[in-house]
Amino acid sequence: MTAYVILKLLWTGILGFLLSALGLMVGMDMGVGTLLRFVGRTDPERRTMLNIIGPHWDGNQVWFVLGGGAIFAAFPSLYGTSFSIFYVVMILLLFSMILRPVAFEYRSKVENKHWRAGWDVAFLISGFVPMFVFGAAFGNVLQGVGYHFLWTGQYIQDESFWSYLLNPFAILCGLMSVALSVQQGGAMLMLRAEEPIYSRAKQYSSLGGLVAAILFVIGGVWMHSMKGFMLTAPVDPNMPANPLHGQHVAMVKGAWLTHFTAHPLLWLIPIIGTVCMVASSFCLRRDHVGLAWWLGAGSWIGTIGTIGAAMFPFLMPSSTAPDQSLSTWNATGSAYGLTAMLVVSSIFIPIILSYTSWCYHVMRGRVSVHDVINSHDSY
Amino acid sequence: MDLINPHVVDLSRFQFAMTALYHFMFVPLTLGLTFLVAAIETVYVITGRRIYRDMAKFWGHLFAINFALGVATGLTMEFEFGTNWSMYSHFFGDMFGTPLAIEGLMAFFMESTFIGLMVFGWDRLSRPAHLAITFLVAVGSNLSALWILIANAGMNVPAGTHFDPDTMRMQFQSFVELVFSEDAQAKFVHTSVAGYVCAAMLIMGISAFYLLRGRHRELALRSFRIATLFGLISSVAVITLGDVLGRMDYAKQPTKIAAIEGLWHTSNPPYAPWAAFALPDDAKQENHFEIGIPFVLTPLITHSFTQPITGMHELEDQAAPRIRSGIVAINALKHYGDTHSSADLATFRAHEDDMGFGFLAMRHSPNQDTSAITEADLERVVHQTQPDILPNVFATFWAFRIMVALGGFFFIFFAFSTFFSLRNQLESNRWLLHIAVWAIPLPVMATEFGWITAEAGRQPWTVFNRLPTFLSSSSHTVGYMTFSLIGFILLYSALIVAEFYLMFRYARRGPQDHTSHDTTLSGLHNAQGGHF
Repeated sequence: MTAYVILKLLWTGILGFLLSALGLMVGMDMGVGTLLRFVGRTDPERRTMLNIIGPHWDGNQVWFVLGGGAIFAAFPSLYGTSFSIFYVVMILLLFSMILRPVAFEYRSKVENKHWRAGWDVAFLISGFVPMFVFGAAFGNVLQGVGYHFLWTGQYIQDESFWSYLLNPFAILCGLMSVALSVQQGGAMLMLRAEEPIYSRAKQYSSLGGLVAAILFVIGGVWMHSMKGFMLTAPVDPNMPANPLHGQHVAMVKGAWLTHFTAHPLLWLIPIIGTVCMVASSFCLRRDHVGLAWWLGAGSWIGTIGTIGAAMFPFLMPSSTAPDQSLSTWNATGSAYGLTAMLVVSSIFIPIILSYTSWCYHVMRGRVSVHDVINSHDSY
Repeated sequence: MDLINPHVVDLSRFQFAMTALYHFMFVPLTLGLTFLVAAIETVYVITGRRIYRDMAKFWGHLFAINFALGVATGLTMEFEFGTNWSMYSHFFGDMFGTPLAIEGLMAFFMESTFIGLMVFGWDRLSRPAHLAITFLVAVGSNLSALWILIANAGMNVPAGTHFDPDTMRMQFQSFVELVFSEDAQAKFVHTSVAGYVCAAMLIMGISAFYLLRGRHRELALRSFRIATLFGLISSVAVITLGDVLGRMDYAKQPTKIAAIEGLWHTSNPPYAPWAAFALPDDAKQENHFEIGIPFVLTPLITHSFTQPITGMHELEDQAAPRIRSGIVAINALKHYGDTHSSADLATFRAHEDDMGFGFLAMRHSPNQDTSAITEADLERVVHQTQPDILPNVFATFWAFRIMVALGGFFFIFFAFSTFFSLRNQLESNRWLLHIAVWAIPLPVMATEFGWITAEAGRQPWTVFNRLPTFLSSSSHTVGYMTFSLIGFILLYSALIVAEFYLMFRYARRGPQDHTSHDTTLSGLHNAQGGHF
């Protein structure tokens, strides 16, 4: 194995880590947004919910920015192609993401019922839509996406965008992602809120974990009868990052399960994922909220890990030109670029994790409705 | 063969320019406001006087409102490279993506995590700890600007990267060359201090508004003085670094500097006049009406009395052989993709430096395929491609002049303000306070025109002399672009209305009397109207 191959593998792993962190941290805030109108019945209750994630949502959202930035730097062709192919949904995701920071900052600055109700809807949209799109994107990638490349490296789209919005498997994945975000958002509310928010959040979040587990299992069974992708000839992992040459790929029913059949130990990943979802739901019911939060993290890692284990080395297979499918071997940046990014990330990710935890530590403790109403600084 | 739809390219450019200019209304303000707030809070921690805490909280709140929109619209910028400029991302992402990702890791995470503590942590942190947090936010937002401008400098003057025919993209080869490129450093300082000017003007304008009304006198006088000193120093730095950037463009982007100066024919030193006013006509390639100041152009651009500046007609002539050579490079490159033969590679290497000009010729080639150009047709293609090497001269020329005029005005205005502020004569010079209120939006306008000068002047390239803009966009349909454009226009218009409403409301309400009821937006205008 050459250094370049190791770098390609490492970055595929880091991609998985970033996508899990994004799902977990962004999903938590999105879940609170989705739940805002259901858990918070009065305006002070809703403000309390917003102030619970108030000091943290901004930092959490950067996982999303970093996910985008890391894909740009480490997988430039994947970044350009996937973001463009999913154009309509990406733009919808972007619009809902733009609403969120603004909604936080503006909602409670004006005491007007309609103004606040309007921003509450913005929170619902900006919580539900991005998580749905995030999950649905995985659903589409698993089924393969219609595109091919010209000699210049420009992609050409071979399918209408409607097929990415309206296909049952993608909807299933989208809903699962929303369910996980509701579970995590609810857990965060339970950690920081008092009654009656606590009990209402408990109902929704424990349900979220169970729904996610059920959808995850259905999705796994579905993959049996779905067409997956597999290499039909050995590929040179050290190949230059160019999808035009060097890969021979076929679409075969059930191909996504071949890795699991060949290496049965891999079954541990989906099993851990499912167990985490169910156990988290159980812990939430029993008020072991801190443990449930960490089990939620395990749910995301189990889910993204399962997708990675099924698809490796594919990142975004092409259903119309399978040989040009973007993979770990042909879609990464140069060895120099990957090394530079690796050095920078290994310095900064530990720093980020430590100051993020410190901020949670400083802001620990329950947020009461009373505090929120009486503070000038609150949202 | 799939053709590139020129309408899609134009719409993508329009969308990018709109969203970038919009994003850039908030970012420069936040760059400077953080440091001003940090400075004020430092005074609070040292003196322990309550007034400085009020000031820090008040201006900090205005910062937070702008920061929210800066973050929201910044998401668009990061995503648009992928959603609308896929070919650019593929071609340049290996290098360009790195500073963007580092921006996230090093800067964006820091400012976004700590702004939560800055706003919510007043009662939970000791005074020095809170001050440290405020400084971290300030350093974070400025580091953020650093990495973005390093990336931008890479587009204008590609450094630390080379083209690789096997992957068909520019590969990253030197982190040091990228980060320490002169262009990146000068752009960073010029742009961030321009942001400080924006923030200084905002604080001065709002303080002047209070002074005119006789409200919050103590806070307003102190804030005005800190801001005007900060603004004076910053405006000198903006002008100095602007001059440095001009010299760099002269050396590395001759088409940009010629367009900025509306210079169609090579200058004749030392007499060459500097066009203070002209109406450049891009179609006829001449200036309709020109008022020039002799002996200014040569020292201004070259810092000498002897060096000529190449005119746009001469640049077009110099491009002709590069276009012919570039066509050979592109044909060899395409062939190499199929054959991987060393002969094709050798041909490509011999003409590699001109490959961008070959890409440029694709637009005028049959089916946008340079290998389909016949011997007899070659001169037509070269001839039609020549004018394409120039940016839009009218836009570049005027954007530059407006920016420079505003920059000069700021310097003079800050000088007067500092003078009267230090002599405690602000309140007796109400004309100055009136100007301060009305000047609030001007620095933001100047930075917008600065962006237009730099990026319109970079055209027709996204990667200078390497990848043309018309090849860089994603292969969308006009329908996709219409959808996203309408969405952006509706969403961004709604946001700007909400932003202005809150900013005016918050500024009018002032720092102490949180309970006072405010009137409408027009109140500000009515109050000022009588004096002008």
